[in-house]
Amino acid sequence: MIDYNKLGLKVGLEIHQQLDTSTKLFCNCPTILSEEYKNTLERYLRPVFSETGEIDVAALFEWEKNKKYVYRIPQQATCLVECDEEPPHRMSEEALLIGLAMTLAFHGTPVDEVYVMRKVVIDGSNTSGFQRTSIVGLGGYIEDEDGKVSIQTIAIEEDAARKIEDTKDSVIYNLDRLGIPLIEISTGPDIHSPEQAKRVALKIGQMLRLTGRVKRGLGTIRQDLNVSITGGVKTEIKGVQELDLIPKLIEYEAMRQLKLLEIKDELIKRGATKENISSGYVVKDLTELFKETKSNVILRELKKGGKVYGIKVPHFKGIFGIELMPNRRFGTEVSDYVKVLAGLGGIFHIDELPNYGISQEEVNKVKDELNVKDDDGFILIVGEKSKLDLAVQVIKDRILYALEGVPKETRGANEDGTTRFLRPQPGAARMYPETDIPPIRITEDLIKKAKEIIPPTPEEKLKSLISLGLSEELAKQVLNSPRLDSFDYFVKKYPKVSPVVIATTLENTIKSLKSQGGDPEAITDYVLDSVFDALNSGKISKDSIPEILLKYSKEKKEGENVNIDKIISSFSSLSEEELEKIVKETIETSKEEITKKRDKAFNILMGKVMSKVRGRADGKRVADLIRRELEKING
Amino acid sequence: MLEGYRGSALQSLLQINADIGDLIEIEKNGNTYKGILMPSYSPYDDIIVIKLDNGYNIGVSIISAKIKLIKKKSESQKETQEVSKSTKSEIKIISTGGTIVSKIEYETGAVRPALSTEDIIKFMPEINNIAKISAEILFAILSENMTPEHWIKIAEAVKRAFKEGNEGVVIAHGTDTMAYTASALAFSLKLPGPVVLVGSQRSSDRPSSDAAINLYSSVLLAKKAPFGEVVINMHGESSDTYTLAHRGVKVRKMHTSRRDAFQSINDKPLAKVGWKENKVEILRSDYIPKRDEVEEDAKFDTHVFLLKYYPGLTPDILEYLMDKKIRGVILEGTGLGHVATSFVDYIKKMTKDGVFVGMTSQCLFGRVNMNVYTTGRLLQEAGVVPLEDMLPEVAIVKLMWVLAHESDQEKVKKLMLTNLVGEINPRHSLDFFPRWNYD
Repeated sequence: MIDYNKLGLKVGLEIHQQLDTSTKLFCNCPTILSEEYKNTLERYLRPVFSETGEIDVAALFEWEKNKKYVYRIPQQATCLVECDEEPPHRMSEEALLIGLAMTLAFHGTPVDEVYVMRKVVIDGSNTSGFQRTSIVGLGGYIEDEDGKVSIQTIAIEEDAARKIEDTKDSVIYNLDRLGIPLIEISTGPDIHSPEQAKRVALKIGQMLRLTGRVKRGLGTIRQDLNVSITGGVKTEIKGVQELDLIPKLIEYEAMRQLKLLEIKDELIKRGATKENISSGYVVKDLTELFKETKSNVILRELKKGGKVYGIKVPHFKGIFGIELMPNRRFGTEVSDYVKVLAGLGGIFHIDELPNYGISQEEVNKVKDELNVKDDDGFILIVGEKSKLDLAVQVIKDRILYALEGVPKETRGANEDGTTRFLRPQPGAARMYPETDIPPIRITEDLIKKAKEIIPPTPEEKLKSLISLGLSEELAKQVLNSPRLDSFDYFVKKYPKVSPVVIATTLENTIKSLKSQGGDPEAITDYVLDSVFDALNSGKISKDSIPEILLKYSKEKKEGENVNIDKIISSFSSLSEEELEKIVKETIETSKEEITKKRDKAFNILMGKVMSKVRGRADGKRVADLIRRELEKING
Repeated sequence: MLEGYRGSALQSLLQINADIGDLIEIEKNGNTYKGILMPSYSPYDDIIVIKLDNGYNIGVSIISAKIKLIKKKSESQKETQEVSKSTKSEIKIISTGGTIVSKIEYETGAVRPALSTEDIIKFMPEINNIAKISAEILFAILSENMTPEHWIKIAEAVKRAFKEGNEGVVIAHGTDTMAYTASALAFSLKLPGPVVLVGSQRSSDRPSSDAAINLYSSVLLAKKAPFGEVVINMHGESSDTYTLAHRGVKVRKMHTSRRDAFQSINDKPLAKVGWKENKVEILRSDYIPKRDEVEEDAKFDTHVFLLKYYPGLTPDILEYLMDKKIRGVILEGTGLGHVATSFVDYIKKMTKDGVFVGMTSQCLFGRVNMNVYTTGRLLQEAGVVPLEDMLPEVAIVKLMWVLAHESDQEKVKKLMLTNLVGEINPRHSLDFFPRWNYD
């Protein structure tokens, strides 16, 4: 068990949540996704100077990739604003109010005037080349078992376009998601353990759902993590969609920074300095040496006219092989840089050779050629000459940084909880005022409107759920559920349906479908709406809900064209007369039996009738009717 | 200089001796805001704008706040280098202002022309691969503030540029009135090479700006095009694929914001420019060829009026114009070239007094024909001159130029109907009209 206190672990969260507003943030398009498109646009982006006259490193880095961006234009979800062919409209007041309400809910302070900024992002995900974003609130905190966690900023911003495909020369995006409002909640670096990070993320997510004004489903909430340990630097980890992955990502990142600091100490112990590594960093064209190699990777590149470079790295023997995270060594870090910044497939390093078809004999020859001695290491790179020349510099920069410890990076989350290098960290230089939108004064009137939509605290919400008749356990389930807003919606819309039935359906029935061979994912809000509507108007009985949903989800799974209304009507409740008729008929045909087993007559009839009407009539109703009819017979 | 600040915010900043760029701290209701003081473009005078260290700007009201200077701005500001004036160039870029050379103006928060063309060249070094260029900042105004006085200065600058030995000239210009300037130059100049007006619909301070591609293509066009004409070269479609060079007297800005806002009307563009392929494709052979020498004759009489007719407009407006000593009126009439018959007598009086009255159509597409309906014939009898397929804006600029050169009414009429630089297209083919596709 790692002692995170001793490590000085500091974690900050950035939670991005899509808002369920009627329009996008800066135009009148609906906030829906759509795959249907007829037109595409082709664009290029260039870095620009910031307000303070600098060019952002991250922007420059993207530009050097020189990619063409292709945008799909779904007409249902986009207009000229997303195409960057019309200036943005005023900010959606609906979104602004949610931002203000959340600021107040976290005990923060709204700013006096909101300035929309352009955050330069030239990877093509925004047609304009920037994301529009604005701070609406500052300060505040959220309560946690391990102490208050501060909220630094609350921002309202636009979501980016959806990446569809990334090829060598171009990136394809769909513009539907571009402009959907997001709220960004950034905590201070006050989180000190991986588990606490997950807990706080959950709490913030719950607060957002309690507003009843956020979207749900995959991709509507994204977490970024800022992680550092004493002596390390703040690393940004982007695009975490699975809450469960948060603790592991933090654990591995802390481990990585710790190992990088250990590498730094080891290098210093070996007497390494920037000067002696630089002067001993010898690069040689070793293509001739590999003419007869058995390594397929190398042969393939040589056939294409590529070259093999050998690089001597003084003092680095054994360093490349040090594991920073499970299955990711220091060599992997260097390799990541080469892949991203020089476009090569990767590197071979001394600590993993012989391997990959490279023989011990070849390794020895490389060592001779490069004059690799004692604690020296070496790296081999293979490929096009221009890329190799670029890679030589990239590798040198990264290796020299090992003497400083942890580089400032933006990293991407892998599925196993490890991370990979994405790009250098962007700085404040990428912020520029959005000149097309005048500043927005936060008036008393806006604050008043925001106060009306402040979400209840979880404790208040729990109480109100219990007051609806839910057991404490069920109430807690609903409170922590991503379907919380659906529960509120259906309870309000269908007053004749018991809240307990709605809660049970949402929290238990849907989940249990899986064990019966159904698919919980198939049960959309639309399906639920139809079912509760039928129940509200007495068309079906509540007992038939599990069967209806199971039938629907099973048929849906088989890919058939399923119609929920059709299924509902097949489960329709029997009218009083119909039910009476069935009961009377059953009594008639079973007369002999009833007279024989007089005391058990009720049970017999109940069984027979229920087998005929299950799902179409409530058990209690059937029982009442049978008793009434039996009384008539028996007098 | 406390750019943009007034009233109470200005007072507070002066008290602590703060300047733009200084680090300041504002304490208010128990909160502390620390950031760099930025110029203000707030409409309120109690707001102080600071940039937080994450790069965001926020506005904080000075009301019941305490403000403190933390650190003066470091004085390591780099002086902008003077670009050495190269003596010999192939293409001259004359900058007049507009979005293509814009950046934020803090007083209003909107965009204003500011960057020099050199800045753009610094930003787009690729231009150096196609031509040796030199740059001149003539003025930096938004195109809505352009006047005939400016047209004359531009025409003179173009003449100078050719005299200096340049093969072509590129003029950076705001898009709003670019077509008027293009017409004015077209009537005023006889050219030994192309004059390319260029602008941008997305300001050059944004990564998605069309400025770079438009400017690059324009230099390429100025270098390679075989004609001696004034053209407007802008995006040919919304995608960053190619630009189109439209004849200066046959083009209109047809959209408020799209990149491909400029369209040839009643005509085809002269050339298509591929910036990626470095290719200029000439689309028609009837362009005006280059002459040996440049000739400039820019004079404009502004005693003219462009009158757009609408139902309900009464003819007494013409009396008012007469009082104002107007020498010529271009009517933007309905359909084939009509205004209400109530105008006939007033027009008769005007033309008798020596005022030129010409007719264009608010349909924009198509030619006027004043023989089809009675009103048209009555108007002609009253002295109205039907101006073929000339665009109303082109006709008014041409009239300014003609009136500055001629006073004889018959000669004015003859010049107005002479096709001087391609402003009249005698043949319209079926494909000259845009169709919308709703499938």
